[in-house]
Amino acid sequence: MGRITLEGVAKRFGEAEVIPPLDLDIPDGSFCVFVGPSGCGKSTLLRLIAGLEDTSAGRILIDGQDATRVPPAKRGLAMVFQSYALYPHMSVRANIAFPLRMAGMAREERDRRVEEAARVLNLTPYLDRRPGQLSGGQRQRVAIGRAIVREPKAFLFDEPLSNLDAALRVGMRIEITELHERLRTTMIYVTHDQVEAMTMADRIVVLNAGKIEQVGSPLELYREPRNRFVAGFIGSPRMNFIEGAEAARHGAHAIGIRPEHVTPHPSSGDWKGVVGVAEHLGSDTFLHVHDTGLAETITVRAEGEIGLNPGDTVYLTPQPDRIHRFAANGDRL
Amino acid sequence: MARAVPPARKALTTALAWAVGLLLFFPILWTVLTSFKPEPVAVASPPVFLDFDWTLRNYQDVQRQRDYFDYFQNSVILSLGSTILALLIAIPAAWSMAFVPGRRTKDLLMWMLSTKMMPAVGVLVPIYLILKWLDDMITRRTGIDVGLDSHVALLVILTLINLPIVIWMLYTYFREIPGEILEAARMDGATLRDEILWILTPMALPGIASTFLLNVILAWNEAFWTINLTVTDAAPLSKFITGFSSPQGLFYAKLSAASTLAIAPILVLGWFSQRQLVRGLTFGAVK
Amino acid sequence: MATQASRAAARAMLSPAVVLLLIWMIVPLAMTLWFSFQRYNLLYPDRAGFIGFGNYINFVATSGFWEAIVNTLLLVGGVLAITVIGGILIALLIDQPIWGQGPVRILVISPFFIMPPVAALIWKNMFMNPSNGLFAEAARFLGLPPFDFLGQAPLASIVLIVAWQWLPFATLILLTALQSLDSERMEAAEMDGAGPFARFWFIALPHLARAITVVILIQTIFLLGIFGEILVTTNGGPGNASTTLTYLVYKEALLDFDAGTAAAGGVVAVILANIVALFLMRAIGRNLDA
Repeated sequence: MGRITLEGVAKRFGEAEVIPPLDLDIPDGSFCVFVGPSGCGKSTLLRLIAGLEDTSAGRILIDGQDATRVPPAKRGLAMVFQSYALYPHMSVRANIAFPLRMAGMAREERDRRVEEAARVLNLTPYLDRRPGQLSGGQRQRVAIGRAIVREPKAFLFDEPLSNLDAALRVGMRIEITELHERLRTTMIYVTHDQVEAMTMADRIVVLNAGKIEQVGSPLELYREPRNRFVAGFIGSPRMNFIEGAEAARHGAHAIGIRPEHVTPHPSSGDWKGVVGVAEHLGSDTFLHVHDTGLAETITVRAEGEIGLNPGDTVYLTPQPDRIHRFAANGDRL
Repeated sequence: MARAVPPARKALTTALAWAVGLLLFFPILWTVLTSFKPEPVAVASPPVFLDFDWTLRNYQDVQRQRDYFDYFQNSVILSLGSTILALLIAIPAAWSMAFVPGRRTKDLLMWMLSTKMMPAVGVLVPIYLILKWLDDMITRRTGIDVGLDSHVALLVILTLINLPIVIWMLYTYFREIPGEILEAARMDGATLRDEILWILTPMALPGIASTFLLNVILAWNEAFWTINLTVTDAAPLSKFITGFSSPQGLFYAKLSAASTLAIAPILVLGWFSQRQLVRGLTFGAVK
Repeated sequence: MATQASRAAARAMLSPAVVLLLIWMIVPLAMTLWFSFQRYNLLYPDRAGFIGFGNYINFVATSGFWEAIVNTLLLVGGVLAITVIGGILIALLIDQPIWGQGPVRILVISPFFIMPPVAALIWKNMFMNPSNGLFAEAARFLGLPPFDFLGQAPLASIVLIVAWQWLPFATLILLTALQSLDSERMEAAEMDGAGPFARFWFIALPHLARAITVVILIQTIFLLGIFGEILVTTNGGPGNASTTLTYLVYKEALLDFDAGTAAAGGVVAVILANIVALFLMRAIGRNLDA
């Protein structure tokens, strides 16, 4: 079991309110990602749940029990830190066994669980090494191993992949997702990378300046962002925003259209512009179109071999049912 | 990385550096050599460098004349004891300041340092009087020696004068340990005691060791309080050696033997700790 | 950034150190202040009573006070000049590519570990003794009359002994600072056409400025308290020729048993040390944020 409920939880550091009171319900077994730009309070929120910081107001419930004043060790949660926070003076085996040792578990049971975790994480050959002798990905797996042996109510991940290189990051992303598939334990995962959020989560919590902007499944956020912030944050490349007359024509202060929902054509379409830069990725081409009179640049995701080059004139047509309309305060209309 | 240095130039700088090093070291070398000379050779003119009948007699004489081992034992008790006491008080304090810093942590550290800057002579009178009073009130009545010339009094004083340095050194070492690791331990169910015992102390062991070493050296060489507040019972080697400054002790070979005995243990420790010395003595200002 | 629980634990673990140091600082200092305004001689404990600034007037009027102040300044200044300049030169020398840098370092640092009274006794008897010290032997070898260092130039001799003890400290710290100098910066200066002296003057010396400040301040603190060296070499004499402020207070307290005047002297010493300490704390405090 691992249902985590926040009721009016707030955090102030002195005068500064980092997190205004917020409510959030994370159901048992879900994979919940906190995403937002740096400084949005997502890590602080995670540390509040972990008990590494005190709440300034509100209650934190774990499986319906008030855990607001419970020390971190007693909350039954496991955490994987950004720096992995492995104990450098202990072997991999001792690192993974540490929480079990602290819980006073018998030696045989401890060894059995460590071996099991090592097997699952492909760490068996490294059990007697020190963390300093491992690669980044292996260290990451040790940190995860240390978390899973305790069989916690929920896992907390604090930007666990940000210290890995791009290729490893993709691999670990899949490993963690598979781990969740297998364990079905609640996971709360903090990242600033919306790609990680989209690919891993079944629930995404978008945070901005300590406020929850929207909670929903990846596709809900993609299809129906509640405001301009979420619309701009979720999706890559970013959504194009157009204000002024064109927006007014749609009865809105601003309209948004994702690059993949604009069709380019060399000779006919709604908007006319000039190709500035064409980024050829092979499978796709990102066109950065200027001089449309709508916005400084409109990004378009086109097929790989579209055959448009910088300086060419291009006509753009948005898919009408994919146009998002926003009010002056940023809310979705 | 660097370019090749012309061997001639390297030889020249090497010779110069060794010359300077040997010059600075010479008084120590001369003392050690003299300690093995028969007394007439020690004052021979012109001086004899190596060509003499080496003897251990001076060491035996010194031992017979003033019981070296009593002083040596006191030096060990006082320097090790005061350093261990200081570490026991300082480790928790340094943990607090390094990992739970508050708004006033910096001021607090500065204040601790300032206590170290109080000249000893400024408080000599009251300390002397307090110990005299303790002699009257406690030692005379209970037989437990806590006043002048007692181990307890000297241990307390040496602990207190080195405590700021110990806290500072540990603080600078602890600050290099990422707080996340301690938080991880907390998440893993470690109590505060577990955290300090199993995570912090082993991780900071090299730092704790060099703090220990430097403070043993400082306590061993302390010569103001030990000379002024001890007579015989608690007197360490600093007192032992001042006994040789009086005219009847003016035999160079014996003086050298006594000096060698007083400095040898700490010189060896010093060689081991020299790399950490800078940091400890500059309070982390120079690394 | 932490929880209330850990803050409470931190306070609890910090308090023994704070309380002990607080007592250590306040109690003796308060007593010193108190005695400094009292007539109090250890030999005549009944003749006690408030005498205002009498002890201060008495201490300042002591035959040796101004001489002691001058001696203290000369001692501190002399040792600082020798150790800082010598330290820079030796540090530059050892920092060069040489064979056996490790052993040389050990040779240079060794005097620092010698107990002060031992160092003083070695120098006093085996080097500076006018009849059979090594210096006298050297003078005789050169056909010069031997010189009675501690009799004729007591303060300068003590400066020499103390400088020998502290030169390693200055050297080691300056060497460490020198080695932390980014070699790319030196290479850049070389590319810009700076010769060895220009590189030292414009690059190395400014880099060493902080270390030099720290050396000066820390040594000053310790040098103001120099005691053992004077005790075993000259006893402050001849006359008051090598009596420093510290030694003068010691003489009042434990030789003349005049606790009141000694306390007044102690207060003067504390005030002087605090002036230096103020500068030292600023230098160290600035580095604390970095």
